[in-house]
Amino acid sequence: MNRLSWFNVTSLTLGFAFLYLPMVILVVYSFNESKLVTVWAGFSTKWYGELLGNEAFLDAAWVTLKVAVLSSTLATVLGTMAAYVLVRGGRFLGRTVFSGMIYAPLVMPEVITGLSLLLLFIGIGLDRGVLTIVLAHTTFAMCYVSVVVSSRLLTFDRSLEEAALDLGCTGFEAFRLVTLPIIAPAVISGWLLAFTLSLDDLVIASFTAGPSATTLPIKIFSAVRLGVSPEINALSTLMIAVVTIGVISASLVSKRNSLRQQRDEQAAARA
Amino acid sequence: MQRLILIAVPYAWLLALFLVPFLIVFKISLSDVELAIPPYTPTLSDGLIQFFQALDFENFAFLASDDLYWKAYLSSLQIALISTLLTLLVGYPMAYGMARAPEEWRPTLMMLVILPFWTSFLIRVYAWMGILSQEGFLNQFLLWTGLIGEPLTILNTTTAVYIGIVYTYLPFMILPIFAALDRLDGSLIEAAEDLGCSRFQAFWLVTIPLSRNGIVAGSFLVFIPALGEFVIPSLLGGSGTLMIGKVLWEEFFNNRDWPVASAVAVILLLILIIPIVLFQRNQQKQAEAEQ
Repeated sequence: MNRLSWFNVTSLTLGFAFLYLPMVILVVYSFNESKLVTVWAGFSTKWYGELLGNEAFLDAAWVTLKVAVLSSTLATVLGTMAAYVLVRGGRFLGRTVFSGMIYAPLVMPEVITGLSLLLLFIGIGLDRGVLTIVLAHTTFAMCYVSVVVSSRLLTFDRSLEEAALDLGCTGFEAFRLVTLPIIAPAVISGWLLAFTLSLDDLVIASFTAGPSATTLPIKIFSAVRLGVSPEINALSTLMIAVVTIGVISASLVSKRNSLRQQRDEQAAARA
Repeated sequence: MQRLILIAVPYAWLLALFLVPFLIVFKISLSDVELAIPPYTPTLSDGLIQFFQALDFENFAFLASDDLYWKAYLSSLQIALISTLLTLLVGYPMAYGMARAPEEWRPTLMMLVILPFWTSFLIRVYAWMGILSQEGFLNQFLLWTGLIGEPLTILNTTTAVYIGIVYTYLPFMILPIFAALDRLDGSLIEAAEDLGCSRFQAFWLVTIPLSRNGIVAGSFLVFIPALGEFVIPSLLGGSGTLMIGKVLWEEFFNNRDWPVASAVAVILLLILIIPIVLFQRNQQKQAEAEQ
């Protein structure tokens, strides 16, 4: 199917323009001198300076980062365990409920997840703050991790694990020495997914954050409700830059790894 | 023993932080408002008899009696449905173009579709506020071309909500359709054309039916989250845009009526069960077809 018609070219061009133009405009206008965001008044980096001087934003950014690192790490451990149980666990009592609880949070509206967790935290008298946001984010992120990891576990040659067990490994050793290295790329992408989901989340964090802990999305949302501001444009640009660099370098690394693997396989085939 | 721990830890976590909270929502949707904090009558503390006596369907009766709620449900369904169709109209030609692009371009095109998904949702919605406002870029551009005489009001209307949903959920539509089209055997289309189909007929009779699974999966992936959406209607929509996610939020944070907010949540979930079950069935069918 290698015939790009004019129609294909047009729809791709327009489609990608639609996807990227809003972000390009946002980035360009973050360097605008004027306070009026839609009128160009010359190049300036003053909004970045103002952003870095804004304690409230810096505090929120720090809280967000802490929550994201903690919750994505916890979610990766729990999600990998859950994936292993789902794919390799065989039958056990309540398996259907378990797999239901893994898939349901993926489609649950955020307002409902947030509301239900808040009611739980209040019910057991847990003070809302960093801890409650971490618990909340871990819960929904572990489901995403488990979906990513279990798709890798499904395509994995089981005889490798069995060989390790036959050669005298305990179950845990076989997991650590054989299974984990093979599923590592999926575990890492699960962690990255959990990390970005946590960085990005507004709704669940709004419900579960107390007055003592405000995350960056909550801060941005309350600023943005009042209208467009150049400071938020500057902040958005920084966030877009970090993500773009992260995603592109991750894909380059994985491309290099797969090339190396191909070379190794070819070398092995020749030998 | 190891196996038991492996099963018990994630199981207990999900029971405690997913299932139990959900049961609490259900319980609170059946209790009465109190003006204290927490603003609902604590049940379960005074024995089971009182517990059951205290439960009633008052909140649900209230939802049924007040126009606001069922109108909000209907208009959420309508907005989610229309924006799903719009996303399909924008996404299908893109996925089709990607599938027909030279093989070596495809990974790059895929990455260009996925990249926005990794950037903050909030920022992507925010980006449209500066474009759609009265003095925004779209109006500036249209005035400059002379297409319109005076600025259009787009921000704070339902149109802006449609644009926001199509924009933010577009990758979810493109990826499953692209996956279906990418697997499609090109010789089938050649065969159709050899047998006398026009290019359009071949597309309509061969390509579309063979990418059906991708279309269905993509549509559900847009429709389900769009139904409970909160950020987009609250930033881009106006006071005339009724969406149930926003109603729930306001009931909870502004009116502090937790029982009604919980009842709203319970009904939203009941509505969502149908598309979720249909989506699961489609995925299962696809998985079976591949085996």
